[in-house]
Amino acid sequence: MSAGERACFHCGEPIPRGLVIHARIAGRDEPVCCHGCKAVAEFISGAGLGDYYKYRDASSSRADEPPRPDRWSAYDRPELVERLTRAEPNGARSITVLLEGLRCAACSWLADKALSLQSGVLDVSVNPATARARLVWDPAKVRLGDLLRVLEHVGLRPHPLAGEPSEQLALLERRDALKRLAVAGFGSMQVMMFAVPLYFGEATGMDPTMREYMRLVSMLVSIPVALYSGWPFYRGAWMALRARSISMDVPVSLGILLAFTASVWNALAGHGEVYFDSVTMFVFFLGLGRYIEMIARHRAGSVADALARLAPMTARRVRDGVTEDVQAVELAMGDELVVRAGEVFAADGVVLEGDGRVDESMLTGESNAIAKPPGSRVHQGTHNLASPLRVQVTAVAGNTVLSGIVALLERAQAERPRLAKAADRAAAWFLGRILVGAAIVFAVWWFVDPARAFPATLAVLVVTCPCALSLATPTALAAATAALARRGVLVAHTDAIEALSKATHLLWDKTGTLTKGLVRVEDVRTCGDVTSQQALEWAASLEQLSEHPIARAFTVTGAPTVRASSAEVFAGRGLEGRIDGRRLRIGTRAFAGGLHAAPVPEVDTQAEQDAKSGESWVYLGDESGLLAAFRLTDPLRPEAGRCVARLAALGLPSEIASGDGAGAVARIAERCGIDRHAARLTPQGKLERLKGLQREGAVVVAVGDGINDAPLLRGADVAVAMGRGSALAQTSADLILVRDSLDELPHTVELARRTQRVIRQNLTWAVTYNLAALPLAALGFIPPWLAAIGMSLSSVVVVLNAMRLSRGAPARRRPGMTASPRAEAA
Amino acid sequence: MEILYIMIPLGLVLVAFGLWAFFWATGTGQFDDLDSPGWTVLEDDKAPPPDDASPKDESR
Repeated sequence: MSAGERACFHCGEPIPRGLVIHARIAGRDEPVCCHGCKAVAEFISGAGLGDYYKYRDASSSRADEPPRPDRWSAYDRPELVERLTRAEPNGARSITVLLEGLRCAACSWLADKALSLQSGVLDVSVNPATARARLVWDPAKVRLGDLLRVLEHVGLRPHPLAGEPSEQLALLERRDALKRLAVAGFGSMQVMMFAVPLYFGEATGMDPTMREYMRLVSMLVSIPVALYSGWPFYRGAWMALRARSISMDVPVSLGILLAFTASVWNALAGHGEVYFDSVTMFVFFLGLGRYIEMIARHRAGSVADALARLAPMTARRVRDGVTEDVQAVELAMGDELVVRAGEVFAADGVVLEGDGRVDESMLTGESNAIAKPPGSRVHQGTHNLASPLRVQVTAVAGNTVLSGIVALLERAQAERPRLAKAADRAAAWFLGRILVGAAIVFAVWWFVDPARAFPATLAVLVVTCPCALSLATPTALAAATAALARRGVLVAHTDAIEALSKATHLLWDKTGTLTKGLVRVEDVRTCGDVTSQQALEWAASLEQLSEHPIARAFTVTGAPTVRASSAEVFAGRGLEGRIDGRRLRIGTRAFAGGLHAAPVPEVDTQAEQDAKSGESWVYLGDESGLLAAFRLTDPLRPEAGRCVARLAALGLPSEIASGDGAGAVARIAERCGIDRHAARLTPQGKLERLKGLQREGAVVVAVGDGINDAPLLRGADVAVAMGRGSALAQTSADLILVRDSLDELPHTVELARRTQRVIRQNLTWAVTYNLAALPLAALGFIPPWLAAIGMSLSSVVVVLNAMRLSRGAPARRRPGMTASPRAEAA
Repeated sequence: MEILYIMIPLGLVLVAFGLWAFFWATGTGQFDDLDSPGWTVLEDDKAPPPDDASPKDESR
């Protein structure tokens, strides 16, 4: 960002040159980038919530368009709301709402305050960790539609969730895991406390009664840890075994149970080693890692949430000439719907009447709108851009194209095929070796001394899973996951850390990943006495009559104050209309300048140069010649080039797989410094490109944001989704970049590699120590006190080594968080 | 060192109490949201919302 450019007061994005929109905040005019942000900022400050701007630590989402109050009209009807929401005591109703754009604690404070100010709101609880809010309100005093409107006005677009039970389940699951973690944490600390005197008692001599006592107390404390805290592992292992497969849970459960059983056996028998400290610490660190992982998964949301965000919950049905708002689930085949411009289709259908244009980018990745004359098919979740359409429903609920994709993903998510397999193979190999070794020991002892066969076998099994060895992997993974979470990278599946450290290729989506995914007016150049403000207003007034996707760039930035009359569309060239008696044209240069004989030179020489560099320009002209030129871009993320270069330096070559046109892809590829790119790929095509790379032995990281990337993400070895991307992409991702910036990606790769290094160091250290120390100790070469110190130090070394991972990545300090991303972009 | 025969059970009782308190806190939702409650102390209740706070009155 150059020094001269200003950033939007609300969303922090650069303001297009030549554009002047001000929001009146606390008596001062603050510059904003679009009318959406203006409306949101003024509403926030007008409602006395201006403190939000002081407290927030991440910039807000760009509003794009001013709030549209009519979007929520369906939620004003009491009988509909009654069916969508849950009953609370005293006639109140409650609903859970997913808030898009909720980034930080200040955002949740804002949502909470804005709603609490409304009369009739009984309770609001906003959870920034899951981006969900629970509202309880009195339907006699306030309508749900009004509450949703308030949320939209403060810039947090609400998505009411019908599936509240799943929300509730997730909450209970989190609480349950936290309790089990607490038991393991408390327990392991207590057991450690008893273990220290036991170790040193070995060295300095200890009263046998006291030793016995300590061991029994350790056992008592370990029982809840092993049984209650370890339960999820046993359950997972049992499920895997029943499905005739081996998951990570199997060796983990076996390790815990064997070490625990052996220790209990020895503690009760009064001789032999006890490993209660190892068992409890193992359960605690493993549980900690799983807990962090679970939080990330919940944040990413379930597939059901994704569907809720895409498909509207209500639809406008026409029956016997009467139009009524109904719940989307009530729709049946053959129903007739009216879908107005700007609305999303609630079901699949066939166009009966109207000549529309539909944005199907979420399903196909095609960035141009698709014409939908009568008789053509439209799909649930796609966006009607233009004129109202009458649609006859052909598929509802589980039969739509969208829900087909969702179901596919749901199944894939449940199976989690790719990485799990690699980890499982390793686990099975490890497990096999141990079991064979144990069987040999058992057989040998059976002939030597049958009475000692069982304890000896247990000893072997436990020794293969000694304290330091058992801590090596879980501590490192937990530390890395936590360090990444602090930097805004959520790890949904920890296996991804291992795969990421081995990655060899990167496959990028273009729109929304390398670029911001929004066509915007980047620059305005005028000639003559027209101000850029005036030019933008005229352009917006003309373009509001158009259905072309580019038109949105204008209607978002300029306020169409005046209405153009007698407009006419010239296909492929532009439009012409009359504003205040002035004949104006907008479109290609030849077309816009066509009203006058000689175009004004200074605008287009400059523009001509830019045209060669591949920018897209739109011109405005009247009878006196060209008035203005607008540069339109889907802006490249400022950090994209830097990120690609840093990843290349780490040995990860990039490649673009995009659904967009070849020209646009080539341009972006060039600007990011990416040599290999493929355009016009369907989701299937992207997946095939990925499979091709994988066949060559590549480990591929895929980065994407849209629904059309979901299959790609699912097939990739490591899937990375953008924080602002579609919910569906996030559900199939391993890593989610919450701050919606690519900057953390190279760092994540480095950290993944460091994590693998630390795990290897830990394992090497633990194995070496155990191999060296055990025989020596058994032969009596090491005095017991030295063995005791060595044993404790060995574990401490492993834990400290793992902790280096979290220290190496200092979290950004709060005030710096707003400033630094922009500072870096300078 | 016989005192340990009393101290350790006492310690365990304390741990059990701590765990009970933690379970209670978890069950009542104290750990559901660790971020936003910190912000509530920052707000001052003085200015009542202006009348135009409701979006219904907006004609933008």
